[in-house]
Amino acid sequence: MSSAIRIKNGKVYDPLNGIDGEIKEICVQDGKIVDSVPDDSPCIDAHGMVVLPGGVDIHCHIAGHKVNLARKFQPENKRHDVSPRVNELRSGTGGSVPSTFTTGYRYATLGYTTAMEAAVPPLGARHTIEELHDTPVIDKGFYILLANNVCLNQLLEKGRMAEFKEAVAWWLNAAKGYGVKLVNPGGDEPWKGNRNSNVHNLDEQIRGFDLTPRKIIKALIDTTNDLGLPHPAHIHCNNLGHSGNYTTTIETMKTAEGRRVHITHIQFHSYGGEVGKNPTSKAKEISDFINNNPNVSADVGQVMFGDATIMTGDAPLTWQLRNMTNKKWINADTECESGCGILPFSYQEHIYTHALQWAIGLELFLMAKDPWRMVLSTDHPNGGSFMNYPKLIRLLMDKQFRKEQAALANQKAINSTSLLDLEREMSMYEIAIISRAAPAKLLGLDNKGHLGVGGDADITLYDDQEDKEAMFNAARYVIKGGRFFIKDYEFCSDYQGRILHVEPEYDHAITQKIKPFFEDYYTIQFENYSIDDSYVHDGEVVPTKSLS
Amino acid sequence: MSGSSKVIENAICTFCGCVCDDIELTVDSGGKHITQAKNACVLGKSWFLEHKVEDFPVALIDGKEASLEEAVDAAAEVFVNAKFPTIYGLSDTTCEAQKQAVAIADYLNGNIDTTTSVCHGPTGMAFQGVGESTASLGEIKNRADFVMYWGGNPAEAHPRHFERYAVNPKSPWMPNGKEDRTIAMVDIRPTQSSMIADIFLQIKPGSDFELLWAMRALVKGRALDRSVEERTGISLDRLEALVQQMKDCQFGVLFFGMGLTMTRGRHFNAGALLQLATDLNDFTHFVSLPTRGHGNVTGADNVVSWQTGYPFGVNFNRGYPRFNPGEFTTSDVLGRGEADALCVIASDPGSNFSAKAIEHIKSIPVITLDPKPTVTSQHAKVAFTTATYGINVPGTVYRMDNVPLSLRPAFDSPFPSDEVVLRAIKERICELRGITPNHKPAAA
Repeated sequence: MSSAIRIKNGKVYDPLNGIDGEIKEICVQDGKIVDSVPDDSPCIDAHGMVVLPGGVDIHCHIAGHKVNLARKFQPENKRHDVSPRVNELRSGTGGSVPSTFTTGYRYATLGYTTAMEAAVPPLGARHTIEELHDTPVIDKGFYILLANNVCLNQLLEKGRMAEFKEAVAWWLNAAKGYGVKLVNPGGDEPWKGNRNSNVHNLDEQIRGFDLTPRKIIKALIDTTNDLGLPHPAHIHCNNLGHSGNYTTTIETMKTAEGRRVHITHIQFHSYGGEVGKNPTSKAKEISDFINNNPNVSADVGQVMFGDATIMTGDAPLTWQLRNMTNKKWINADTECESGCGILPFSYQEHIYTHALQWAIGLELFLMAKDPWRMVLSTDHPNGGSFMNYPKLIRLLMDKQFRKEQAALANQKAINSTSLLDLEREMSMYEIAIISRAAPAKLLGLDNKGHLGVGGDADITLYDDQEDKEAMFNAARYVIKGGRFFIKDYEFCSDYQGRILHVEPEYDHAITQKIKPFFEDYYTIQFENYSIDDSYVHDGEVVPTKSLS
Repeated sequence: MSGSSKVIENAICTFCGCVCDDIELTVDSGGKHITQAKNACVLGKSWFLEHKVEDFPVALIDGKEASLEEAVDAAAEVFVNAKFPTIYGLSDTTCEAQKQAVAIADYLNGNIDTTTSVCHGPTGMAFQGVGESTASLGEIKNRADFVMYWGGNPAEAHPRHFERYAVNPKSPWMPNGKEDRTIAMVDIRPTQSSMIADIFLQIKPGSDFELLWAMRALVKGRALDRSVEERTGISLDRLEALVQQMKDCQFGVLFFGMGLTMTRGRHFNAGALLQLATDLNDFTHFVSLPTRGHGNVTGADNVVSWQTGYPFGVNFNRGYPRFNPGEFTTSDVLGRGEADALCVIASDPGSNFSAKAIEHIKSIPVITLDPKPTVTSQHAKVAFTTATYGINVPGTVYRMDNVPLSLRPAFDSPFPSDEVVLRAIKERICELRGITPNHKPAAA
């Protein structure tokens, strides 16, 4: 099938190739971007349109056990937000945790073509993959939770580092994961085993282990680097949401000692003040640290006013929020691997803390000297749905709009930050970096986030409008893998999308060490744990990098 | 034993929601019969050993033998001619088949519901109202030192639940197994299960909600009147001691069965129990878990939830999913005479629904997919004989605690799987309805 497309007269933003708003022709053939196509190829006249690579979401919660719990948990958010079936495109429901088909279609409608599910206990990976198969259009992968893994922590406390590394590699293979996620390292054991307590300090001993959170963090940062994974350790730091937590965040980043690390939803980890009292903004301190440490990247985890769902492996945090809001709550423990908390939530302009969180997120975006290392996310649906991205982009691009919105929020909170002093307006080029090029680069997805020859033909065309929110709300064309998903605002044909995963090499002897652990601690057979290749039939193995 | 017999290790039993995955099956040399099912319980053994490939026709139309293709056409015809087609069952088939069934309901603007609506549907509704604190069974095996069963008889319904998950297993944190745990049972009569309990509360029938609410009050430190004994059969002193024990444990779990969800109070009962477990988290770690019955009823809840947003009782009449138990649940849709076609997958409503619903079933065209003839299939316009999941068919199932597993079938069946039949019906419906198939080539 020769499926050539020529896009001409469009204003192209392709930061990975240094292209900043040039009128440039983009050619597509067989799912890839190519130099040229035959003269008689179908052509889009993109005059008056902006041409961008498809969006890449580095951190969201879209598939798996906890997502599905949150989905069926909130019928009240679905009845008024429906997605009717369009020909063969399946129907669904929305709210902050949409059904799978609706998740895929809505991402694509915004011009996003890749998204990473950020927290999967390996025992539930099979479920996550099943849901991702039903999440159309986008390519997708997931990070596996390893920072509270009892087996790994036992190897670590005994200093068996070589086996630790082999076991991490085995786990990535067994679960078909894309990367390694740390959530509240060391916090599960006191939560499950000691009456819902938690760890609060990187150097505190974890109950039941001769281990500290810092040792787990260091080991997983080193191991992900040593394995040459395309994406480094992806860390949800300890003390999320607590006043004064910015020191924990900086300590976590220092633990990397210059090696690559990604800190996720860093807005939730940038607070000053005293525990139990109102937080303050420490966006400046966090930004300064990241600006000066090129080994560190982060996504923001912007809070947007309105409905959200707290959904995290950090169970103690959710319990604490539950006791503040007294709303319905879910806790879900996964044996030997993870905790999980879910809570419906609403961010409200007039509430001090919520307005402060909103402002800190924007400060972090606007204070970052290197947009390649401070990328866009709302930690969907924790800070708000991904459907807020267009509005967030407008807040970053439009100073006037930002000030108007800030005026609606709690003034005590806003005035305690430097938000109103920040005059920066992001350019389209910078937006293309933080929503496309940078996340792709940080993920090590060489074929995504750009429009250079050889790249995946994941392309979005927007009408060039003054109102950036309106512009990014509805792509005019979305091309995924060289095929039209949206053509002139209309859905065309469905598209499956691929599962992206890694297969780091490991010594098979490690399974002899892991299997006895399964017999003691798990309730499923070791032989039934690893996920068969048939589950990722249309998957793509992203290579590990050779280490210099 | 014949030298050419085949052994399947780590096979998965889908008889009940325990979904034990440590079964060793021996298949006879002819490859048509399981001769041994090591590690299986009495129910699992009969599930595996009594399964034979019988000489049924692959399909019947109006009781007459038909080819698979003819039956698929006939079934699609029934579906597209209906105004309110309803799909029901799904708890004893693979997730792969369940996905096809939801797709059919979506493409037909029909109705879909699972057996959840007649077992733990109230739990699903209570969960939406109050949430839950839950855990995978391994966490309970490893840590639970207080285990309570409410309104269920696992010794007979889930025979390996005690041994594998909650009572007997030893773990590094529970080195002495049962000795390290307190086992409590709540039921209206002594059962095989209550015999192993350290604490047995025989409560008055229909007083579950009152007792749960009284316990919630005690957990929260409220004073309670002694009349609670008269209402529930349990003295206040006993109740206070029990609640203290629950608050003092390190990791507690409340399992509950249909004795709670299908008696007076239904989703109020389930909600009270879920909230009791939540309340106890103020003092210690406490979780709750329904002991689900069918092998993949949990998978059905999951698939319907991720595809539509709702767990069961879903209607697509308006072109998008709507949820309303009591309105879109199958027993109601049939009992009110609304459905004008019914498709039943791996279930037998003809034998266990209300008389009114069964009467209506007999008056409308019915499509059945089942490995064996059922009461419902006797009334079917189109009856498919399908292969049995787990024994003949691979695929994904979910254990009662939402842990997904891949089946390891023992031998081939001459019959198609539910997934194959449903996919064929779906494709035929799309043809008839002019719904374009996926993956058109690109063109500008």
